[in-house]
Amino acid sequence: MGYLALIGTKKGLFTATSDDRRSWVLKGPHALDADGFTAVSEIYALACDPASGRILVGAESPHFGPSIWRSDDLAATWHEPEAAPLAFPQDLPYRPLDFSSEAPGVDQPDSDRTNTVKRIWQLAFGPQDGRVWAGVEPTSLWRSDDGGQTFTFNRALWEHPDHDTWGPGGGGAAVHTIVPDPDDPQTLTIAMSAGGIYQSRDDGRTWNGVTQGITVDYGPDPEPASGQCIHKVARDAEGAFFVQSHGPAYRSTDPASGWTNISAQLPSNFGFHITAHPARPGVAMAYPVSEAMDRFPPDHRIRAWRTDDAGDTWRPWGRGLPEEDYFGIVLRDAACHDGTADPAWYFGTRCGDVWAAADSDGQWHPVAAHLPDVLCVRAMETR
Amino acid sequence: MDVDVKIPAALASECGGARHLTVTVADGADLAAVLDRLGQAHPRLARRLRDEAGQIRRFVNVYIGDEECRGLGGLDAAIGPGQSVQILPSIAGGA
Repeated sequence: MGYLALIGTKKGLFTATSDDRRSWVLKGPHALDADGFTAVSEIYALACDPASGRILVGAESPHFGPSIWRSDDLAATWHEPEAAPLAFPQDLPYRPLDFSSEAPGVDQPDSDRTNTVKRIWQLAFGPQDGRVWAGVEPTSLWRSDDGGQTFTFNRALWEHPDHDTWGPGGGGAAVHTIVPDPDDPQTLTIAMSAGGIYQSRDDGRTWNGVTQGITVDYGPDPEPASGQCIHKVARDAEGAFFVQSHGPAYRSTDPASGWTNISAQLPSNFGFHITAHPARPGVAMAYPVSEAMDRFPPDHRIRAWRTDDAGDTWRPWGRGLPEEDYFGIVLRDAACHDGTADPAWYFGTRCGDVWAAADSDGQWHPVAAHLPDVLCVRAMETR
Repeated sequence: MDVDVKIPAALASECGGARHLTVTVADGADLAAVLDRLGQAHPRLARRLRDEAGQIRRFVNVYIGDEECRGLGGLDAAIGPGQSVQILPSIAGGA
């Protein structure tokens, strides 16, 4: 029995192994391709499936573009499809989703430009056999039924009438969060920056925006129906959702009916990530950032903040984190839990440090230090 | 005609370690035809060089003789008899 942590960074994939989640052995950066250029590729998306042991990595080479690699032997060897795993249909009108556009999100049917996959932001195994979802920049969702080797484009989301309210945040316009429902394979929740939260109850055939009630201070309408910048969505053990927005944190047991602001006892109204406990309803961990225009940890202290009562109260959680000034924040996919019976929480920062703490222990232990910016973290138990 | 294509070290494994490939195209063919033919034999190499719309990736440079192709008409640039094609990653890649 052991544990494997996967760490995606601005330059390459690192892995760490442990027998006790206290002492970790780090490896990397891993070269996923035979020539080694992926050792300095950006790793924005990681997924691991404890049931099959499969690991998926979404990597983007600044030179050679994006792709998806898979490992079925705990990161010892890597494989990549011959054909591009994701490729935009070329019959779609061009939709500018970048800062260079005067009207992000709006189709330009007479444009000579085309839609192309820029970056894979999220990979998530679904409850169905072989099912993997991919969230991509520009804002799109893709589905695989062969374990992540080939993907089909979700046209229904792309053509959602809200799409002209979607545009790029600072990181780019992308579906960056995918939350399958383990109890209902037909239900899927996704989030995008900027764009909002959308749910499908029919396996992706139709989509409903469920962001109403999440307020903004970066547009003239403080309560838009869509277009909000959502940073992360997490589902707890009873199906309630926690959200960290580009602003407050929220919770809802029924997103279509609205959201409750749960930031009153957090040290700020901003952050990128929130993780829900895999087994205990109402328990979540947040990693606040001071504010949108001051993107450092509050009081320059790196802390995890925990709620055990669905966001009514929050407290700094865990021992062992630096007491001195610290300036690295936790990005939107740079934290997770390992899904075990006594789960450990993991997070990494833009300073390249990664910590883990077992829920029953409350002591943060260093997993890695001085890596490139940590973009995503995943962990699982290994046999 | 046969066109010699020089492969960068960073992509050599995509074509069995070869640093030179010979591509046979019609006389007067353009660069797109050369890259299309290359992609038929080495599809993964092809998608490292071009996106799904067929455009050469921003930080991939393709020289026809001594000239980078974008100054010669890009994918429409004609390949003359005896001209070689060289693929090079550009001076880029992030901080």
